[in-house]
Amino acid sequence: METLLQQTLNGLVAGSIYALVALGYTMVYGILGLINFAHGEIVMVGALVALQTILFLSSAVPGLPPLVLLLAGVVVAVPACMALGYLIERIGYRRLRNAPRLAPLITAIGVSFLLQTLAMIIWGREFHVFPQLIDTAPMQPVDGVVVSPMQIFTIVVAFTLMGGLMLLVNKSRLGRAMRATAENHRVAGLMGINANGVIAATFIIGSGLAALAGVLFASNYAIAHYSMGFTPGLKAFTAAVLGGIGNLPGAMVGGLVLGLVESFGAGYIEHLSFGFLNSSYQDIFAFMILGAVLIFRPSGLLGERVADRA
Amino acid sequence: MITLLESRTVNKRFGGLQALTDVSLKIHRGEVYGLIGPNGAGKTTFFNVLTGAYPIDGGEFVMNGAELPAGKPHRIVAHGIARTFQNIRLFRELTALENVMAGHHIRTSAGVWGILAQSRAAREEERLVTERALEILDYVGIGRHADTVARNLSYGDQRRLEIARALATEPQLLALDEPAAGMNATETAGLRALIETIRADGVTVLLIEHDVKLIMGLCDRVAVLDFGKKIAEGTPAEVQRDPGVIRAYLGDHRAH
Repeated sequence: METLLQQTLNGLVAGSIYALVALGYTMVYGILGLINFAHGEIVMVGALVALQTILFLSSAVPGLPPLVLLLAGVVVAVPACMALGYLIERIGYRRLRNAPRLAPLITAIGVSFLLQTLAMIIWGREFHVFPQLIDTAPMQPVDGVVVSPMQIFTIVVAFTLMGGLMLLVNKSRLGRAMRATAENHRVAGLMGINANGVIAATFIIGSGLAALAGVLFASNYAIAHYSMGFTPGLKAFTAAVLGGIGNLPGAMVGGLVLGLVESFGAGYIEHLSFGFLNSSYQDIFAFMILGAVLIFRPSGLLGERVADRA
Repeated sequence: MITLLESRTVNKRFGGLQALTDVSLKIHRGEVYGLIGPNGAGKTTFFNVLTGAYPIDGGEFVMNGAELPAGKPHRIVAHGIARTFQNIRLFRELTALENVMAGHHIRTSAGVWGILAQSRAAREEERLVTERALEILDYVGIGRHADTVARNLSYGDQRRLEIARALATEPQLLALDEPAAGMNATETAGLRALIETIRADGVTVLLIEHDVKLIMGLCDRVAVLDFGKKIAEGTPAEVQRDPGVIRAYLGDHRAH
């Protein structure tokens, strides 16, 4: 019972971060039909820019409270990643909007390598310790179950952001324009919607969420380095496919489900494999799910009409 | 007569095909102007060039004395031109109300932060936009379907919704591409009444239509395109008597 609760909690923490990243994949896919494989690198850039800001501030102004440092990291990282996301779309993808679908896809992979290499040049190949500015000391609200303030913080921030995004997409002028553009960007333009602006806004919002996910990820696992975006990026993509790519609630559900499955997998894999595999094999669950979804339900849990988008 | 829209020697080529050749015409404020011609004459191409869906290869459009920006569809909408499509192109997954609200996008301004903070100004604008969109739906006669997803509307109602969405951009010129296509006689009569109401409310209408009876009954003036060239212009009665037109178009029609 304790293991169950504990794994649920761990799964929710990881899952809410996956969900934030998955939203970026699914928003861009919904509007352009493009799988933006560079999206995971935005997570990495967000974490490293925040780290740089925090290190700079804590040496320049010693004695700042940890929460202020973290906030400063976020305040620098989010706009930086938004600008980066905008530039990627503007320089990399916009010209290819009417090109065959493979062209922007390959470009996205290229952008991903480019960002990783640039990050390696700037921040080196070593693993950096990301300061844990929110208490990670475990508390035991229930016997045998540990939870840290950082974990609670992660879940609260992620769910708040998801709620805000749903409000934005479903109830605002920009959101309506996004949904209209997602259906047909040419018709949206002819109806007075600046489709280029809406597409840019989509990249900017998705990149902002990814930057925050990066900060949360690095804070939880106390580590940041140039290739840290790859695995969460791939898992978030899995989450987006699991929920039904192009579908926003799907990305959230997919992220949470993936986090939970992974966590339960890690918790019980030793039993399941009679001690042959241990919890460091948890990644296989994410990709088993990806495989299973693609075979049995290619449109995802909440998705539909993948075929006519494609 | 005040000229609302003037096209000056507009040209459009697709590879080796000259789709429009030096098409010049003047549409007066407040009239219903018909654009007719046999299939493939270049009518829809004219719409696509006018609304910025295709780049223009020569000539220009002048609206209220100002040249229209080329290749920027949403800025052309800002100049007061809105259109519907020959083959319906609604935002199929949005409700009728949301389709109209999307059309109203360009006339509103609420930013992202206002919505997220649920500021009073943002909520007030959203309320006004909703109200206005409901009025427009009522105006075209489908107010009761406001919350229906567009793809579930009947064919005739989808056509009306396209007109509503175009009206939501608050156009001075409403360009209708075969609005009566596929409609039965009753639906066509209803459409005709709607277009007359729209004209009475001060919106100029540019109409592509194959239904000759509708064109003749509704239009103040008509231009005839054939192989991308304007071969005649005048009142429906004048055009009907024009020998070139009879040869190109109406003659064929009467033979049936």
